[in-house]
Amino acid sequence: MHGTSILEEADRLMTVCNSCRYCEGLCAVFPAMEMRRSFSDGDLNYLANLCHACGACYTDCQFSPPHEFNVNVPKTLAVARHESYAAYAWPQAFAGLFARNGLVISLTAALSVAAFILGFAVFNDRQILFGVHGGPGAFYKLMPHHAMAALFSATLLYAIVALAMGVRAFWRDIGEPIGMKTDAASLWQAIRDAGELRYLDGGGVGCFNKDDDRPTDRRKLYHHFTFYGFALCFAATSVATLYHYLFAREAPYPWWDLPVVLGTLGGVGLLVGPVGLLAEKWKRDPVLADEARTGMDVAFIVMLFLTSLTGMALLLMRQTAAMGPLLALHLGVVFALFITMPYGKFVHGIYRFVALVRYAQERRAMGHV
Amino acid sequence: MVDLNRKFDVLVIGGGNAALCAAISARRAGASVLVLEGAPKFYRGGNTRHTRNMRCAHDAATDILTGPYTEQEFWDDLLLVTGGQTDEQLAKFMIRESKDILNWIMEQGVRWQPSLGGTLSLGRTNSFFLGGGRAMLNALYLTAEKLGVDILYDAEVLDLEIDNGMFLSATLKQGDGRASVRASTMVAAAGGFEANIEWLKQYWGEAADNFLIRGSPYNRGSILKMLLAKGVQEIGDPRQCHAVAIDARAPKFDGGIITRHDSVIFGIVVNKHAQRFYDEGEDIWPKRYAIWGRLVAAQPDQIAYIIFDSTVVTSFMPTLFPPIGAPSIAGLAGQLELDPVVLEKTVADFNAAVKPGTFDHTILDDCRTEGLTPPKTHWARKIETPPYLAYPVRPGITFTYLGTRVNREARMVLKNGRPAANMFAAGEIMAGNVLGKGYAAGIGMTIGSVFGRVAGQEAAKNARN
Repeated sequence: MHGTSILEEADRLMTVCNSCRYCEGLCAVFPAMEMRRSFSDGDLNYLANLCHACGACYTDCQFSPPHEFNVNVPKTLAVARHESYAAYAWPQAFAGLFARNGLVISLTAALSVAAFILGFAVFNDRQILFGVHGGPGAFYKLMPHHAMAALFSATLLYAIVALAMGVRAFWRDIGEPIGMKTDAASLWQAIRDAGELRYLDGGGVGCFNKDDDRPTDRRKLYHHFTFYGFALCFAATSVATLYHYLFAREAPYPWWDLPVVLGTLGGVGLLVGPVGLLAEKWKRDPVLADEARTGMDVAFIVMLFLTSLTGMALLLMRQTAAMGPLLALHLGVVFALFITMPYGKFVHGIYRFVALVRYAQERRAMGHV
Repeated sequence: MVDLNRKFDVLVIGGGNAALCAAISARRAGASVLVLEGAPKFYRGGNTRHTRNMRCAHDAATDILTGPYTEQEFWDDLLLVTGGQTDEQLAKFMIRESKDILNWIMEQGVRWQPSLGGTLSLGRTNSFFLGGGRAMLNALYLTAEKLGVDILYDAEVLDLEIDNGMFLSATLKQGDGRASVRASTMVAAAGGFEANIEWLKQYWGEAADNFLIRGSPYNRGSILKMLLAKGVQEIGDPRQCHAVAIDARAPKFDGGIITRHDSVIFGIVVNKHAQRFYDEGEDIWPKRYAIWGRLVAAQPDQIAYIIFDSTVVTSFMPTLFPPIGAPSIAGLAGQLELDPVVLEKTVADFNAAVKPGTFDHTILDDCRTEGLTPPKTHWARKIETPPYLAYPVRPGITFTYLGTRVNREARMVLKNGRPAANMFAAGEIMAGNVLGKGYAAGIGMTIGSVFGRVAGQEAAKNARN
């Protein structure tokens, strides 16, 4: 017996699939399944997070609906995966935030932006708020650097702690039978598998969307834009932090300087990627997706897009009177993104990476290299 | 929208591997092609949906095949399983062509993968479709559509107009009505008749009511019947088919691969009288796999029970239906509605006859019984560790071998011995030319692809002349 009805269904499907195994060449889920003969809640959550939702196993399955065996692995694992986010959330009191996640994220973003605008208006007089500022330290005329650094560091730290606690719970749940420790080789394998989205291609055919047997989905490409765009933006912020503390060089930096170059490249990725992902989501066959949780996916994608959009607007108009309000807007969006990281779609990357580590480890234990 | 008023060069009846290979090769040869698939789109492809691999000869190891499998070796295997009941000229032609099919089928968009879990014993001889048979079909349909082959689903053929061995037109179901379509040539690739229980009863009697059909419910043999009634020469024993033992709890049709059992060698098999009836340790996979369907079909009520104990549960692939279990043999008999006294005696007699040996299920080991009839000649170990477990099994019919005789062009041969003017056949509907009896894993797909491709080429050539 399992904790939830979706895990009951996942167990039923894995029993069907384990006696078939035709899909074992498509991705990591089925080889991982084959290492087991029965499935605990943890096993099923592991498989659910290992699934990249490419849809190939549904299109290839001779038992998918309307067949009476009613095998729909992508959808079942999508629901199980999303429920697992709530199950591993820390603190557990916030698990409910996953229930109507689109609404939660939207409200958080709206409140955060409002708070920053209000704060800027309260702490700055009109002249400064709508003034034209140039040269190093321009941003900090509106919000002191130490305040900005303290607020965002604390937020990020909280997000990291909450995510780490979630990972801890997940790792414990999926730990058996090979134990809690991992190794460098498995970590490196997982980094490569995640970095290239190895399992988001249906075994080489491509991902599937509405046009059932034609793999025309470009999610992998747009996800690369999004992920590496995000990574570049993060790198830009990190470099800027180093500039500030090591070299006492204050933002804003000229357009050719490393933080701006990285941030601009990343920003472009975070504009193109999310738009592409949304477009692909629109075309996706609803039979493959957890439709009840579309809001969570959309909210995260939109937040990433807005982060980049407001950042780019700030870059373009930092020499004008719009800089103050735009800075408030951008910081508001980024704050909302950070604070909701442990309670939204962001966690998918974390849990999937952990599942890939576990998979790499299991493969090694089975003698595959 | 397909224009049924035009006359097509090639009409393909059927929608599986053989049909699509024929359609694609005919289209590539420049012919206009219409495919009539009797099933709805989801169920398209007949038994190909349930397949997984193809047996092709090759002279060297490849990315996906672990070693060479020569034409000679393929031929020897075919001779072995059919006991020589095969058309040597046609079979050798098929084996030679199979070498090229490995590449040709990839050029049609099908992907291979290395054989993995549970199928390693076929890693040298058989090539596996990435994602299985339905993935293969999806690739073939996609290629056919891109090439401009017209395809109709739910297009059951109700009648064929054949004049003195010459195909003229076909009448098909179109919604609630009928339509007629003309073509210069016709390729019949519509499968066997295994889903037609009434027809099976002609040869098997009431026993056929207890058969389960592993594949498509649409393979009712209606095209085969029409062709045989309209002057085409038949080939093959109507009682011969590929049949395996599958779980008695499986659905009547379309249960596919997941209802199979390959646990026979780990225990004993008894009939409804709780008596053993055949040497469970006779031969190595896959031969043993292919004989148990017929063995169970010969038992009363076409039911049997694989009996084993808890020590071997993890020795074979996990099964869709869990084993039925009980703490004692008598208890198990109760669950299975067998006579407990007889089952206890059968198990006790078996246990008493087991001689010590070194168990190895990958070879013909030395674990056997002595003084038992029938014996268990390999892998015999005592059944003595509760809980005791059982799978009920019935004959699972995969496909039938009765078909239309063809020549090397895949052209049908008429009752008078002359080749048909413009009619070809490929796949299960003519498998009996090659398979007189027995089965070798993946050979059904070889027959389909090789003769499908030939039929398409010849039909296109025929249509042009």
